[in-house]
Amino acid sequence: MALILFIEQLLNGIQFGIMLFLISAGLTLIFGVMGLINLAHGSFYMIGAFAASIVAGLTGSFWIALAASLCAAAIAGVLIEVLIIKHLYKRDHLDQVLATFALILLLSEGVRWLFGAFPLYLNIPSSLDGSILLPFNIMYSKYRMFIILIGILIALGLYFLISKTRLGIRIRAGQNDREMISALGVDISKLYTIVFAIGAALAGLAGAMIGAIQSIEVGMGEPVLILAFVVIVIGGIGSIKGAFIGSILVGVTDTIGRVFLPNFLNYFMESSNASSLGSSIGSMLIYILMASVLLLKPSGLFGKSE
Amino acid sequence: MNKLTMIFGAFLLMFSASVNADGHKVKVGMITTLSGGGSGLGIDVRDGFMLAVKNNKNISVIIKDDQRKPDIAVQIADKMIQSDKVDVLTGIIWSNLAMAVVPATVNQGKFYLSPNAGPSALAGKGCHKNYFNVAWQNDNLHEAAGGYANSAGFKKSFILAPNYPAGKDALTGYKRFFKGELAGEIYTKLGQKDYAAEIAQIRASGADSIFFFLPGGMGIGFMKQFSQSGIKIPVVGPAFSFDQGILKAVGNAALGVKNTSQWSKDIKNKANQKFVADFKSAYGRLPSLYASQGYDTGKLLISAMSKAKIKDTDRFRNELRKADFSSTRGKFKFSKNHHPIQDIYVREVIKEGKILTNKIISVGLKDHSNVYVSECKM
Repeated sequence: MALILFIEQLLNGIQFGIMLFLISAGLTLIFGVMGLINLAHGSFYMIGAFAASIVAGLTGSFWIALAASLCAAAIAGVLIEVLIIKHLYKRDHLDQVLATFALILLLSEGVRWLFGAFPLYLNIPSSLDGSILLPFNIMYSKYRMFIILIGILIALGLYFLISKTRLGIRIRAGQNDREMISALGVDISKLYTIVFAIGAALAGLAGAMIGAIQSIEVGMGEPVLILAFVVIVIGGIGSIKGAFIGSILVGVTDTIGRVFLPNFLNYFMESSNASSLGSSIGSMLIYILMASVLLLKPSGLFGKSE
Repeated sequence: MNKLTMIFGAFLLMFSASVNADGHKVKVGMITTLSGGGSGLGIDVRDGFMLAVKNNKNISVIIKDDQRKPDIAVQIADKMIQSDKVDVLTGIIWSNLAMAVVPATVNQGKFYLSPNAGPSALAGKGCHKNYFNVAWQNDNLHEAAGGYANSAGFKKSFILAPNYPAGKDALTGYKRFFKGELAGEIYTKLGQKDYAAEIAQIRASGADSIFFFLPGGMGIGFMKQFSQSGIKIPVVGPAFSFDQGILKAVGNAALGVKNTSQWSKDIKNKANQKFVADFKSAYGRLPSLYASQGYDTGKLLISAMSKAKIKDTDRFRNELRKADFSSTRGKFKFSKNHHPIQDIYVREVIKEGKILTNKIISVGLKDHSNVYVSECKM
């Protein structure tokens, strides 16, 4: 029984990690290639979820809604990059942080103005409702399994894109030496727009997929953004591989800690105290993890050392 | 000359009249959550309150958004008291914010009328003569849920709530009335949206029922994920997760769930029918229990203002204590520690046409007060 529970929680942790990966992959790419700290990345997560909810309401199809979330976030990404972000690349990080923070406020208020403050909804399709029986008699939610599969597919796709295609070569070159790649005749500003759009689209997709099992509301992106920053700091800024490993690490640590710490403390103290203390410490665990990784490897697990 | 004297006299009269009226004027500072997660609750309280005080020229209201952050709420309260010189504060949704703001406010001689948060600390030892709660003491709805669980024959409940003052009050309240044993007890993170880990624990625990208190967006996530998990055990909870504002987002997963509330739109009395109709025509949506609490808060304030001037603090307080207004809930009285004595109902989520809403199925606890009265020295 305990082992089954453990495996189920491990799957939950991985699913949480995969979701974090979709957001942090874009964040780390944008930072790696353009050197931009984009606090407004969580807003694309929100935009994706809202777009999905609205399109699902109009068409009744979850799949079209998912596609819409990708497109809406990508379009929003392109618009914001061309209109605002473009002017920030040469500025220092403080200016970028201030400007993108302002963007969060603008986008959140804009979405509230358009759709109101009450949460919207998006239902999962009936084909993904319910649970499936995995080996060892584990019941697991079909939809969460679907999120894990999509996440792994996207991770593989990104790996292929970065290591095997011309665009990938340019992105890697951009990470290494921005001046040189533009001197070689690559249209750097177009490359930046594409990278920004990819990052935004992934965050939008994550928002739609998660929105279907949680609530879709204004400001849903900010708590996730903080975790995404933890992930890219652990994984090493700019590294997709680091973002993947970091996401899974954070997801599993958070889930397992949250569940098993209270149970563990239960041996020493009364149950309601154990539960409240355990969950308090559990929510700190990922930051403790981040601090310890930084202590051992100051530039993250897969980051380039300065 | 004569004319001039008359005009002068008229001016004097007007001036003195306005001075006189000034004593009847009340400045209200409303601090509530209007942005980010949980803003639906604050908006409902604000709209309910503003509906109640609409057309009342003696009340002026300043509304500020606390963003659900205690530090911001404290800053706003300081500014409202010191520079805006408000007489009454109200509006706070979350108990952790109330704990940060209320004690300092009432100690500076201002009134605080709570339209929502009712932490146990402010009902027991920390009670104060200037603090009135118009909604409920935090434990109340959960106590009724515990009582309902007994009558439904539940023997082994799994209970969960967020790790903050109201969450602790919730589980304490449920356990106070529930006679069965607990299959598990979990505190989750405030604002948590994903409950996969908790649901796995529920599945493994062998519980025969679930009690949860997860207000706002937290409950939406939990109910949706729970219904997808395929676990088929009954759920009970306070009204907060099954209220009008969020039922649409929860969807059919909520159908049939029993929840406890001090208010429901089908309570039959004149005040309530008027409130529901007015709210619908003013805002184009059905009111929630938060809106009813905001509305009652406004009506309570008006009832005291019609009898006493705000500057006459002691008389004003006495008038508040009498609670001489027609509440949307019907019977309404204050206990010795200034918390409501009221009926708590058990409701069921039903579908009216296409809209999910609630229907009262029984009275859970009659004339229910709170256990902290004896701890309050006032």
